[in-house]
Amino acid sequence: MNSMDLKDKLVTSFLAFENKVDTNDFVHGIRNEAIKNFEAKGFPSKREEAWKYTSLNSVLKHDYSVSFNKENVIEYKDVKKYFIDDTETYKIVFVDGVFSAHLSKTTHDKLDVCLMSAALTKPKYQPVIENYFNKIAAKDGLTSLNTAFTNEGAYIHVPKNILVEKPIQIVYFSTGSEAAAMIQPRNLVVVEENAHVQIIERHQSLTSNPVLTNSVTEIFTENRAMVDYYKIQNDNENASLIDSTFVNQQQKSVASVHTFSFGGKLTRNNLNFYQNGEYMDSILKGITIIGDKQHVDHNTLVHHIEPNCESHQDYKGIFADSATGVFNGKVVVEKEAQKTNAFQSNNNILVSDKATINTKPQLEIFADDVKCSHGCTIGQLDESAMFYMRSRGIAEKEAKALLMYAFSNNVLDSVKINELKTRINKIIANKLGVNMGFDL
Amino acid sequence: MLTIKDLHASVEGKAILKGINLEVKPGEVHAIMGPNGAGKSTLASVVAGKEDYEVESGTISLDGEDLQELDPEERAHKGVFMSFQYPVEIPGVSVTNFVKTAINETRKAKGLEDMPAKEMLQKIKEKADLLEIDRKFLSRSLNEGFSGGEKKRNEIFQMAMLEPKLAILDETDSGLDIDALRIVANGVNKLKSKDNAVVVITHYQRLLDYIVPDFVHVLYNGKIVKSGTKELALELEEKGYDWIKQELV
Repeated sequence: MNSMDLKDKLVTSFLAFENKVDTNDFVHGIRNEAIKNFEAKGFPSKREEAWKYTSLNSVLKHDYSVSFNKENVIEYKDVKKYFIDDTETYKIVFVDGVFSAHLSKTTHDKLDVCLMSAALTKPKYQPVIENYFNKIAAKDGLTSLNTAFTNEGAYIHVPKNILVEKPIQIVYFSTGSEAAAMIQPRNLVVVEENAHVQIIERHQSLTSNPVLTNSVTEIFTENRAMVDYYKIQNDNENASLIDSTFVNQQQKSVASVHTFSFGGKLTRNNLNFYQNGEYMDSILKGITIIGDKQHVDHNTLVHHIEPNCESHQDYKGIFADSATGVFNGKVVVEKEAQKTNAFQSNNNILVSDKATINTKPQLEIFADDVKCSHGCTIGQLDESAMFYMRSRGIAEKEAKALLMYAFSNNVLDSVKINELKTRINKIIANKLGVNMGFDL
Repeated sequence: MLTIKDLHASVEGKAILKGINLEVKPGEVHAIMGPNGAGKSTLASVVAGKEDYEVESGTISLDGEDLQELDPEERAHKGVFMSFQYPVEIPGVSVTNFVKTAINETRKAKGLEDMPAKEMLQKIKEKADLLEIDRKFLSRSLNEGFSGGEKKRNEIFQMAMLEPKLAILDETDSGLDIDALRIVANGVNKLKSKDNAVVVITHYQRLLDYIVPDFVHVLYNGKIVKSGTKELALELEEKGYDWIKQELV
């Protein structure tokens, strides 16, 4: 198998897929357009600037199953640890791409937290689908592929003035019932005027069989709305994830996306913010801690289109063993977008001689009255700090862990769900192999 | 307590210490003075176990136990403490959390349980009061944005918390105004007992007005060239180091 074979397989299976899913004409048209687009563009290669440091060859070589029908039942007790548990939440859970009713807790009370497949087919959702679906998703090969196979995923619609207190968890499990599985989740999040919602998304493989997830999420944040989105990426060594997330913001809205990348074979995050209004804030934060031969690539875009807006990007990375990281952060400030404040920072620590990080800020500024800053650092652990800590009785391993903790710490400050913060802290402690006995 | 015999040490092939002999007994205060570049800070760092320094020959032992094969943290667990001339800033770790970690790591090394939270808090309060440290200060990131005086006071606060057997104060007086100097010296004096010892490394006599040494040693060009009592410090203050240099010629 290579990427051409996989492409052919996908294109061929599209017809069968289209015939099977029940759909309306509007979505049907978009899917057909998308598969043509994928057929023309295919998978990205390293020859493309945006994919220079990330090769998909090793993940595209498997003979993936691309369609799933039957629900593989898993027990809650076996997967409890992948959920935020003490906090009351809504849940939308999928197993091998199929909705799992007994693991989920959906709602239609005041807001819709339900299935994409339902939203795509039932007439009552049609106006929302026609207004928002595929409106901001890009037209590159991978996103088009996902669009063509759009069927299942999370559908979240928060009407005007609704403050959703319970966070919403979206979890995708893979069980390995197929030798290799390619899953294409599609999420749509619409948050209307003055509404507020918090979402946690996780992809978790429960198998050592290869899993490739090509996920696309569209988020619409209308006037004065607030969205806090958290992505937990702590998958096993045979699972790869390509996540493309598109956020469209309107006047005075605040949208934040935190990406915690702690595992997986290959993880690519395409995170795109489009600011269509004034007085907005876009927050992009991430902590990456990986080792072995893991690869994490953050490819961000913040497009400042109108005046008086802010964006804050803060990505921290710790790379051990032969791990590789990429940060490519693009900020575009249009000519009209005066008084823009755009900040970007990417700091990295290489713990081993074999670890690599490629970091590249990319600023395209066409306005003249703006404040834009960017900074990236790559360093080792500070030897003088190490000696200082050790001379106070803190063993080398703990001293390293404490320094790394401290290094990534400020990214957690803005996490608003306490249980999630504690959980992330624990994952970090676990990754670093220590128990510090306190939360930083 | 501390016994240093014919210690030779170098950094990047350059000889710094050229045969140091020093014996510090429990209950004693020793001052090591000398001009810049004499090797004072190197001596402190070598005792604390800094890996940049190569011990060429000689021995360093604490209560008869050879320190040279021990890591810095193991030396700390045995009761060695060095107050840094330039304390390192560690953003993201509060003074309290750092001190807690240091104490519990030392206890862990001795096979003890963590110090109970209540006892820890009580001790922090007591020692902070001793050094006239404000509560707010304790929740700040370690040394980040601290003034020179705050950094040094924080060093002595950590010393008070860790209760070392042997404390080496490396240029603790530099960067301190007279009030801070008095507070720091008062703290050191209060911590003094018949069972522990203090080695004060300083360029100036000033600190020794407050922490009165039993012995004064002059370090020059990697060797202790003169030892005496506290009067020697006064003599140095008056005559400067040239006097020693000329005497050696």
